[in-house]
Amino acid sequence: MSSARPPRPVRILLAKVGLDGHDRGLRIIAGACRDAGFEVIYGGLRQTPRRVVEIALQEDVDAIGVSILSAAHMTVFPEILRLLQEEGLHPRVLLTGGGIIPEKDAIQLTELGVGRLFGPGAPLAEIVQYITDEVGRRRLAGE
Amino acid sequence: MAVHDDARRRWEAQVAQARLRDCDFETVSGAPTPLLATPDDLPPGWPEQVGYPGEYPFTRGPYPTMYRGRLWTMRQFAGFGSAAATNGRFRLLLQQGQTGLSTAFDMPTLMGYDADHELAHGEVGKCGVAISSLQDMERLFADIPLDEVSTSMTINGPAPVIWAMLIAAAEKRGISRRRLKGTTQNDILKEYIAQKEYLFPPRASLRLVTDTVEFAARELPGWHPISISGYHIREAGSTAAQELAFTLADGFAYVEAAIARGLDVDAFAPQLSFFFNAHSDFFEEIAKLRAARRLFARRMRERYGARKPESWRLKTHCQTAGCSLTAQQPLNNIVRTAIQALAGVLGGTQSLHTNSMDETLALPSERAVIVALRTQQIIAHETGVANVVDPLGGSWYVESLTNRMEEEALALITQIEELGGVVAAIEQGFQMREIGRAAMRYQRDLEAGRKVMVGVNRFVEPAEDVPIPLLEIGEEVEQEQVQRLVALRRTRDAAAVARSLARLRQDAANETNVMPALIEAVSSYATLGEIVAALREVYGDYQEPAIF
Repeated sequence: MSSARPPRPVRILLAKVGLDGHDRGLRIIAGACRDAGFEVIYGGLRQTPRRVVEIALQEDVDAIGVSILSAAHMTVFPEILRLLQEEGLHPRVLLTGGGIIPEKDAIQLTELGVGRLFGPGAPLAEIVQYITDEVGRRRLAGE
Repeated sequence: MAVHDDARRRWEAQVAQARLRDCDFETVSGAPTPLLATPDDLPPGWPEQVGYPGEYPFTRGPYPTMYRGRLWTMRQFAGFGSAAATNGRFRLLLQQGQTGLSTAFDMPTLMGYDADHELAHGEVGKCGVAISSLQDMERLFADIPLDEVSTSMTINGPAPVIWAMLIAAAEKRGISRRRLKGTTQNDILKEYIAQKEYLFPPRASLRLVTDTVEFAARELPGWHPISISGYHIREAGSTAAQELAFTLADGFAYVEAAIARGLDVDAFAPQLSFFFNAHSDFFEEIAKLRAARRLFARRMRERYGARKPESWRLKTHCQTAGCSLTAQQPLNNIVRTAIQALAGVLGGTQSLHTNSMDETLALPSERAVIVALRTQQIIAHETGVANVVDPLGGSWYVESLTNRMEEEALALITQIEELGGVVAAIEQGFQMREIGRAAMRYQRDLEAGRKVMVGVNRFVEPAEDVPIPLLEIGEEVEQEQVQRLVALRRTRDAAAVARSLARLRQDAANETNVMPALIEAVSSYATLGEIVAALREVYGDYQEPAIF
């Protein structure tokens, strides 16, 4: 990557997958990403894994952030990852997220290829920094 | 007054020279706190405005003897896995001295889908119990005396259907609906505002709620058909005053809808109940509950012309604040919950749920739930606070805070009215935007260290292994639930199901109260998903505006 080119802002799709509607976390993250200069595609509530990947493809995003508080994470994250692989978007597109996710589940998901998963109390600055770094790294790797 | 004035001047002079801690001295809601409250903070005639417990305007409590007459109901919210598993947890809690039941449903049930719907995959039995048909409801309450123990059901979008299942299950066991005691949350307005578990557009939903209010007034005198809820509004990030205002505004919208239906306000108002958050800012929470009672009483009498004292009396459930709990150092959550519970009790709650220490990590384990219940028992039986009614009444600080909460809430309620009422305000995104702003402000204050969460941004310890065992729900719950459903569809009378669903569609499209058709439909073993699908054909669904 040539250093003369101005960096493209991070494009991120934020969504809740599954039936749960508790969206305080997702909205806060959306605000923080916007304030950090990201382009936010707000997918909102009750998306399916397939729909998330379709939007990611259409919107040409760098990252997908999924919020899950309903304990369906062990079904949802692997399914999105599988669809990303099918579309050839993995690992170019970062799949990250957060919610009520026990540590041992998070480790298992990371081993599958999901990015970091953030729990309650994770600082916004840390989340934004992680996404910025990880997207930068993946862009470099892709060029 | 001269002595008082001299003392005040001396104190002010000392304060002017004093060094204070580096702190914003705001409530958790971001409201400024005075260093000291004095009689000067209260208007003349304030003791009359405060009144006596059990009497208009109920500032000091809905009943004259409060907890000397009867302790609050200790009601732990529970539900996970299959109906049989939750039935087991219910029996454990009753055995341990709990005095009421409260059911948590899983996401598919809350959203009106059967366990075998594709959107239910991975969510069956996960954060509550899976109830797809009357058969599940029968198993959920098997051998529980529904006419003695009051049952609360936390369900909103499909509440009329789930309520119909409970009525049918009780009557199959020979318990008349007139003897049923309990509550359906059934507060759909706050779903659009905060929790987002709605099924239909707001106006259609409000009509269904009004059907339940009318049906309860006519046929289930012991039932609270709505629990008008601020809890979720607060959890979504609102301030205490916003919680109070939006909740009461929702309550008044239900009252107005029922009056517009032609019901006499005194025929249904005594059955309304409320549900507030018991958050961490101790005095603010107590003031919020006191202000809620007074504001409600005044409106019910002055605006809606209610004549019965029971119609003026706000009765409430409280739950400690889930959003205040931390994944870091989870044992600290026991302490937070105890203090919040005490605020609920000093605020005069009628029933209480105390959160478990492990809820930021998973659904609560049995051990954690028992500790939470013991917390209430310690407050009730060891601290002495239940011996005296409204012990903080007359505190210059608590009284002035109560006045301020009432004023702030009234201003917000007026703003909603100017937007055209609650539904119009929801359609314009007003409440969601206000709450979103407050949530963002709190988060920024937290990250800047202006607000403190112990273990999160102060007094941090290195990450530790979770010292408490977590509850896990296996995948077999979903498979078994799906199998039961398939078997049910094979054995029931398909013609009766079709007939009852046809009648339901017709009643839903007309102005006929849908409750009798719902009871017939569930009794034919039409499933929750089939019934909600039939209603969706009539009412359509709803997309919210994107606000962040």
